Amino acid sequence: MQIFFQQVINGLSLGSIYALLALGYTMVYGIIKLINFAHGDIYMLGAFWGYYVINVWHFNFVLALLSAMVVCGLSGVIIEYLAYRPLRHSPRITALITAIGVSFFLENGMSYLFGSNARDFPQAVKQVNYNIGGVRISNIQLEILLTSCILMLILQLIIKRTKMGRAMRAVSVDNAAAELVGVDLNRTISFTFALGSAMAGAAGVMIGLYYNSIDPLMGLTPGIKAFVAAVVGGIGSVPGASLGGFLIGLLETLVQSIGLSAYKDAVVYVVLIVILLIRPMGIFGKNVKEKV
Amino acid sequence: MTTILKVDKLVKKFGGLTAVSNVSMQLNEDELVALIGPNGAGKTTVFNLLTGVISQSSGKICFREREEMISLNNKKAYQIANMGCARTFQNIRLFKNMTVLDNVLVAMTNQYKEGFFKSVLRFPSFYRTEDEILKKARALLAIFDLDKDMYKLASNLPYGIQRRLEIVRGLAMKPKILFLDEPAAGMNPEETADLTRLIRKIQKEFHITVLLIEHDMSLVMNLAERIYVLDQGKMLAEGTPNEIQQDKAVIKAYLGEEG
Amino acid sequence: MIGLKANFKYNICWFIIMITGFYLMNTLIMVGLVDSFIENMFVMIWINIILATGLNLIIGFAGQFSLGHAGFMAIGAYTTAIITQKAVSIGGFYVSFIVGMIIAVIAALLVGIPTLRLRGDYLAIATMGAAEIIRIIINNMKITNGPAGMFNIPQFATWPIVYVMMCITTIVTVNFINSRGGRVIKSVREDEIAAEAMGINTTKWKLAAFVLGAATAAIAGSLHASYLQTIAPNDFGIMESISILIIVVLGGVGSVTGTFVAAVVLGVLDTVLQDFGTLRMVIYAAALILIMVFKPSGLLGTREISIRRLFSYIKRRSV
Repeated sequence: MQIFFQQVINGLSLGSIYALLALGYTMVYGIIKLINFAHGDIYMLGAFWGYYVINVWHFNFVLALLSAMVVCGLSGVIIEYLAYRPLRHSPRITALITAIGVSFFLENGMSYLFGSNARDFPQAVKQVNYNIGGVRISNIQLEILLTSCILMLILQLIIKRTKMGRAMRAVSVDNAAAELVGVDLNRTISFTFALGSAMAGAAGVMIGLYYNSIDPLMGLTPGIKAFVAAVVGGIGSVPGASLGGFLIGLLETLVQSIGLSAYKDAVVYVVLIVILLIRPMGIFGKNVKEKV
Repeated sequence: MTTILKVDKLVKKFGGLTAVSNVSMQLNEDELVALIGPNGAGKTTVFNLLTGVISQSSGKICFREREEMISLNNKKAYQIANMGCARTFQNIRLFKNMTVLDNVLVAMTNQYKEGFFKSVLRFPSFYRTEDEILKKARALLAIFDLDKDMYKLASNLPYGIQRRLEIVRGLAMKPKILFLDEPAAGMNPEETADLTRLIRKIQKEFHITVLLIEHDMSLVMNLAERIYVLDQGKMLAEGTPNEIQQDKAVIKAYLGEEG
Repeated sequence: MIGLKANFKYNICWFIIMITGFYLMNTLIMVGLVDSFIENMFVMIWINIILATGLNLIIGFAGQFSLGHAGFMAIGAYTTAIITQKAVSIGGFYVSFIVGMIIAVIAALLVGIPTLRLRGDYLAIATMGAAEIIRIIINNMKITNGPAGMFNIPQFATWPIVYVMMCITTIVTVNFINSRGGRVIKSVREDEIAAEAMGINTTKWKLAAFVLGAATAAIAGSLHASYLQTIAPNDFGIMESISILIIVVLGGVGSVTGTFVAAVVLGVLDTVLQDFGTLRMVIYAAALILIMVFKPSGLLGTREISIRRLFSYIKRRSV
């Protein structure tokens, strides 16, 4: 039982990272129907930014986190402006390939500039382990969980309570209609990218702290997992992305703990396929039927 | 007169909303019947039920095949189509990026066979089948004056011609019944007159049953032998054009209480 | 009106082009203009053509967005590797071809029957997951030598075999597209509901395209394994599926000749950039983004390079 709870704690920490990333996927997909393949690399940028500012400018954790969010948010906006905006009326598969191109560009650009080997993330927070009934929880895990929950809450508030959030929801339902009633499409999409990328940046700094190691290709696998999480939760749905993220994180650690770590990714994909077959629109997704 | 399609107490519920309730109707061979009713009466839903796009909540649809009435319950749309039910759609659904000829050839898919190996290895028999089916398709297109546009993409045709092509595509299936969903929608009076002539011609030359949904009353009164009137999902009246024109309930449904 | 007789003439033209290509390659190798490095480039381009043509059939013609092509390629590659290591003969190689195709077809049916109900991006993510499952299974099997992969696979796939297989798979795919089956799958791409109303069992036809694509991917995998002589599970990951997809989209979704052009362009670009080290992938990525931004429908769009059009162009010129 102790082992189980231990795995649940580990799973939740990992899951909250997936959830933060999944939010970016789900918001961008909801608004322009693009699988933003470069999203995982924004998370990598966040981790590298954190590495840089903690090492060179001796930022503390909170400052590193916030500055990474700002920097990643900006990069998200710039990428959207340069690479995706010109393609808004092109076939969606073209935009997807462009996103893949952006992903390659960021990964290899960072490898070129900083080398492709992994580096140790500075310990901005000294690790302290607490023992609660035999279950070991580190302060880093708690910080990750807490920070992610706060960020998700803030995001939910922005989407539900602010004017910009309303604009985002309107655009995701029908962008032409939203534009007709005075929503500034470009600004709304930029804002969505900024929000999503900021979440990814935060996730990047936290994963650096958690795993202690970062490299230019670190975004690839978590990026794909987070997208899977977004699909499982119901792409376009913010609570769905959070739930999907936690679900995938938990599933992965639990499968690992029963000694099937070689198959942990396979189990994730099996669950993905099964959920899609039962609920083709994901857990919280809306089922849109074509009208005849 | 033999009955070709029999609908018995058909019901369709969408959640709490009953879109079609207790609708019964029957179509005879070679008959031209119209289904009319105000907007939202459930006409297209009835069409979708008849052609298997959606399935009914209760009730029965039977179709005559080889002297027997066969239930269409639990049959998929393509199976119903293969039994001899062709249809057009309210908002034209042509294969837009395919040529006019290909649109018709797709509809003829089940009238010829080309084995996989015969076609990928281009056996002489492949060319023979292909020549034959092309000839048939071209002949059909020629009847409706579409052969000159044969190699044009369907999306490049003018609106009226697209409607015509959709009907011809349905005919290419050699159906026993042709369901036309608002064939005159969006047409000007001249095009509507053309369409009326076209439907007459189809009836005369192809000997098939036609059921059409239409809002254009001149077309309906001109063409239909029998009319069913649907209102709020219920069958309101049935009769010849004359009878329907004088039916109090129908007039009320169309013009409101004061009418 | 273009009769089928005339079509036959154009087919003969294509055939002559294929034979010319073969002898051109042969001569270039004999006079030493093509060394083993360039030969390797050509063979990789041809294998990519087989892969991308099959994927184009699924995506461009049947309209089903699959992201799992590398999984079927892996099946072909590993089947050939295992069989030819046990039965070291050209006969064993051909048997491995057939066996690989059969296994890939079975896998495609297992994956396709449940998932082809899904649409668009959902299908893409499900097929990607399925391909990853295939890769992970291979990664954990003894007979495949796990994550280390397989070495010293006997080389039976020489360049002429790869070339001929590329021609055959292309002929089969193009002939399929220009026949009853091709018209049907295109109608499914255009409008599933209308196709159903025409009496077409859309599930069956989507599956047919998917299975045919998977079978050609298995062939490409077999050739890949036998030519390179070394394979590992990571060669067949998501990135491989994506690089096949890139060829399809870059050439133009729904254009077979576009696939050829894109495969050659990318293959040559890749070779030319070899000297740039890490910068190579940066340039490649930048080129990809720029091409997509300035030519969103790919190099050829949905158009095909056609001999017929070439002929009528020459005729118009000479009049």
